[in-house]
Amino acid sequence: MLYAILCYNDEDLVGSWTQEQDEAVMKKLAVVQDKLARQGRLGPVARLLPTTSATTLRKDDPPVVIDGPYAETKEQLLGFYIVDCNNLDEALDVARDLGAANPGGAYEIRPVGVLNPGSSPA
Amino acid sequence: MTDTAWIDAALTSARPQAVGALLRYFRNLDTAEEAFQSACLRALKSWPQNGPPRDPAAWLIMVGRNVAIDDIRRGRKQQPLPADEAISDLDDAEEELADRLDGSQYRDDILRLLFICCHPDLPATQQIALALRIVSGLTVKQIARAFLVSEAAMEQRITRAKARVADANMPFETPGAIERTERLSAVAAMVYLIFNEGYSAGGDTAEIRAPLCEEAIRLARLLLRLFQSEPEIMGLTALLLLQHARSAARFDAEGALVLLDDQDRSLWNHKMIAEGLALIDKAMRHRRTGPYQIQAAIAALHARAATPEETDWTQIDLLYGTLEIMQPSPVVTLNRAVAVSKVRGPEAALQMIEPLAPRLSNYFHFFGVRGAFLMQLGRNDEARVAFDRAIALANTSAEAAHIRMHLDRLMRDSTPAPAKIQEK
Repeated sequence: MLYAILCYNDEDLVGSWTQEQDEAVMKKLAVVQDKLARQGRLGPVARLLPTTSATTLRKDDPPVVIDGPYAETKEQLLGFYIVDCNNLDEALDVARDLGAANPGGAYEIRPVGVLNPGSSPA
Repeated sequence: MTDTAWIDAALTSARPQAVGALLRYFRNLDTAEEAFQSACLRALKSWPQNGPPRDPAAWLIMVGRNVAIDDIRRGRKQQPLPADEAISDLDDAEEELADRLDGSQYRDDILRLLFICCHPDLPATQQIALALRIVSGLTVKQIARAFLVSEAAMEQRITRAKARVADANMPFETPGAIERTERLSAVAAMVYLIFNEGYSAGGDTAEIRAPLCEEAIRLARLLLRLFQSEPEIMGLTALLLLQHARSAARFDAEGALVLLDDQDRSLWNHKMIAEGLALIDKAMRHRRTGPYQIQAAIAALHARAATPEETDWTQIDLLYGTLEIMQPSPVVTLNRAVAVSKVRGPEAALQMIEPLAPRLSNYFHFFGVRGAFLMQLGRNDEARVAFDRAIALANTSAEAAHIRMHLDRLMRDSTPAPAKIQEK
């Protein structure tokens, strides 16, 4: 079974880390990731850019674009995509296509800062 | 990360919200700051034992407030004439504690805290120092170091600024939409000033002053989180990120300025660039352009070019043209002329900047740019005069060193080199 592990933390707090503190945390995480990768168990790992860079597409009819991350609590996270796009408009087009196929709810569109493709054959 | 490092980061990140709320309760900057300090001291004792609270800012507000109320009451017994307005809000204190959950006031709390630092009576340097002390929580020592002045001088500057602000009427009512927009634009301008204070440093002091740039970026991100749909705040944040991304490449080993064209682009911070580009993308969708967005778009065109030759100078020229209309200034025209020299050649660029001479007669960059255009046109004697003037006006040793490099090149070029000619 593949498991997704989603990372939550206080963004203000993580943003207050100095570069050295940030690097120290990443280094410790890399040790864990490397071990998983050697065992062929690590899928893609992504560090997202801050929520200030997020845009949300509410899948209403017609869909509405809102600045900022998805902030409601009545829906739950059910899945995610990683798509290569030249800019936000292209990413929004993809989200609109997906939304037409599956209306209701919302997509939060967030640029990926760092992507480690991982080693898992999944 | 150690306990104390974690707590330091948590206190830093909670500070604007906590001091902002405490200021709303007590309507006095000193009381609010002291209350926050007391709360931090208790956090340092309590958090390592009890673990971090779920909402550090709310914890600090509650504790800071209780401590300050106690202090005021105790002070009351000793002093028969208390300042009643200092505790005017205390009756509904308990109800107000509940609002930490909806956070509706917290946006205006932080904006107010930043806004009082932008008091128009304060000179820019005092505004910046005050914001770094009150909002960012940097120590007087750190601020003094970044400003390259003594601690005593900075202490005095901040004390004076605080007294000025305290005498003025602080805006405590919830602002209307127009007022909020005005406050936001004043605050954005101040954040940009903080950044420039760090960015305009010379190579010898760039490292000492870099925290100013980092702090400005942190404040810009904070503003953007509070005002998520403001394209100019997106533009401001993008601009700061895109400029700061180049910092490692801006000076050579001797501390001389390295121009954009000559920078080692592999030293640029690509994570910051990615974030800046993403924010510009977001801002553009609003089709409500403004000076920060345009400057960020120009910085983005530089950031996107893998080599100097790939720079889209035509587009940069157009963007500067728009900026000139929006914010007419000889400095903007001077910057535009650099783009024009790439697109239409140095002759056109030189013609563009000649009319600026009377207004920029004491401006280092004017003579640096003028000298460079003249040199490209082969008018070496005139170029030398311009460069000499630039060196006389240089603000930092890095700027002077950069111009001296041009002069050295002129000297070499004017020395006959017959061997080279034969090689050709």
